[in-house]
Amino acid sequence: MAVIVAENLVKTFGRGESAVAAVAGISFRIEPGEFVSIMGESGAGKSTLLGMIGAMNTPSSGRLVVDDIDVYALPLEQQADFRREYLGFVFQGFHLVPYLTVLENVMLPLAVSGRGKKEKRGMAVAALSQVGLAEKARRLPGEISGGEKERVAVARAIVNAPPVLLADEPTGNLDSRNSAEIMAMFRRLNGSGMTILMVTHSRDCAVHARRRMIVSDGRLVSDRSATVAPELAAAPPAPGRVASTARCFAP
Amino acid sequence: MTLQWIAIRNLMRRRGKAAFILAGLVIGIGTAVGIVSYVNAVTHDILHKLEQYGANILIVPRTENLALSYGGLSLGGVSFELEELRESELAALASIPNAGNIAALGPMVLGVAAVEGRRILMAGVDFSAAGILKPWWEVRGRIPAQDEVLLGAEAARVLNLGIGDRLPVGGRSLAIAGVLAPTGSQDDHLAFTNLADAQAAFDKPGRISMAEVAALCKDCPIEEMVLQISAALPRAKVMAIQQVVQSRMEMLAQFKKFAYGISAVVLLIGSLVVLVTMMGSVRERTDEIGIFRAIGFRRSHIMRIVFLEAGLLSLLAGVLGYGLGLAAVQVALSASAEGHAVHLPLSPETALGALALALSLGLLASAYPAALAARMDPNDALRSL
Repeated sequence: MAVIVAENLVKTFGRGESAVAAVAGISFRIEPGEFVSIMGESGAGKSTLLGMIGAMNTPSSGRLVVDDIDVYALPLEQQADFRREYLGFVFQGFHLVPYLTVLENVMLPLAVSGRGKKEKRGMAVAALSQVGLAEKARRLPGEISGGEKERVAVARAIVNAPPVLLADEPTGNLDSRNSAEIMAMFRRLNGSGMTILMVTHSRDCAVHARRRMIVSDGRLVSDRSATVAPELAAAPPAPGRVASTARCFAP
Repeated sequence: MTLQWIAIRNLMRRRGKAAFILAGLVIGIGTAVGIVSYVNAVTHDILHKLEQYGANILIVPRTENLALSYGGLSLGGVSFELEELRESELAALASIPNAGNIAALGPMVLGVAAVEGRRILMAGVDFSAAGILKPWWEVRGRIPAQDEVLLGAEAARVLNLGIGDRLPVGGRSLAIAGVLAPTGSQDDHLAFTNLADAQAAFDKPGRISMAEVAALCKDCPIEEMVLQISAALPRAKVMAIQQVVQSRMEMLAQFKKFAYGISAVVLLIGSLVVLVTMMGSVRERTDEIGIFRAIGFRRSHIMRIVFLEAGLLSLLAGVLGYGLGLAAVQVALSASAEGHAVHLPLSPETALGALALALSLGLLASAYPAALAARMDPNDALRSL
């Protein structure tokens, strides 16, 4: 379980008078098992912030501490190890590797893990089962639908059971039905103890999170806990059988 | 799922690019293998032909006298005031380090015979060695057997003797078995007989006046052979016929330099093809590399994927290039055989060299693209899409 502490994170692009602060001093603490949504307008700095939390975007100043690990004080190769051990990513867009099968895409994070072939395969099949796609393991990404691609991306993110899942506009390319399925999946994962940080434009998606942050002009303008609506907080349906009342779609 | 598997699947997906890289390397390696094999085959052939040029080392008794001849004129008799060598001493040549390079050894005893008031220089030789040492000999009649003699063209003319006549020497009468066609050399004035017959006629049993050696030293200078023979025969003076030997070796060296220069240029072009194609491939895969880095692949893992791809293609290119090179040489040799078959040497060293060269070039040319891929920032890579 990971405690994430951001201390005055700043990210500036450019120099001198043309410098732009995409993130202008954001601090927060996220406890293990939280489901946090980060909202804001386009260009508000949400994705930059998520990149910094994901050990992929070195801050201009400030610190990110996860379980007492000062992430950006680590050498680059160890930052990669940190990402592999601590984080699962669901990217904006699906970002599946087109020449690998669904199963192989899910196994990707395990490729450098040193685990045996059978163990890797077992873990990938289990992750695919969690997202309801075990029967499509041999398909190529080009042979499945957009919603299924997103579910494969989620399976890849959770295959090695990371304590933290980072999602950048996970429903941006999906229709309302598939968006609802993804959100239901996130609630299930969060229910099992996984910390989730999700960047989204959509209020309908954000309502699934118990803590909602709003970023504007690189600053954290709102950070509050919220009550999840009873119909959303109820036990999530199994994949493929999402209640039609669950609505979550991109604007 | 392993890095090797990712590399293989990527190569299978990008068949066009893989084929292009493969073609570049195969052409480069094929050219190098072809040229090296061709040079080896032709060198072998040239050396074989050079053996037919005859003797290139002379062994004569050591003397403290100065030469009394100049421009083909000499004061008769002086040359024979030498202490002769024993024929058995030549056995020491079998023990020199480069004994294997001796193609023929021809002992010779010289003496002067009087024939009807004329003096003629007679040489006792080993006719089997003479076939190699004096390949230009054209014998009318046949090679002499025991108690027979072979006359030089000028000697036959001056003595007015021909095949079937007899030549009285030292109380013996030798039958003329053959006459040499004019050679334009000193041989035209001599009478040649078997070594044993000459030793008996001149009362020089087991002794020789000089010896000729046909030596081919492909991998060492001829001077080295001369030193080795001098060490084995301390009583002898050993001389290399430098001009012939040097011109042989210089010709081969020039040919090799030219051929290897061409190989280097073609290999450089092949490497550039690999470099440019791999660069394009890496840039095309920004998305993938971004994903790999984001999910926890180290820079070294990314480099390993690129090197694995290059290594697999290089090994394949090594095998194909070796085959292509040999096939091309076979065709070239067949086309330029000039009526005789040139042996194509199949050496494991060349095969291993081709693989090593292909691997080295492929990996070297991929080093920069691999570093470029590894340096890719995952955040930038994913944001750029």
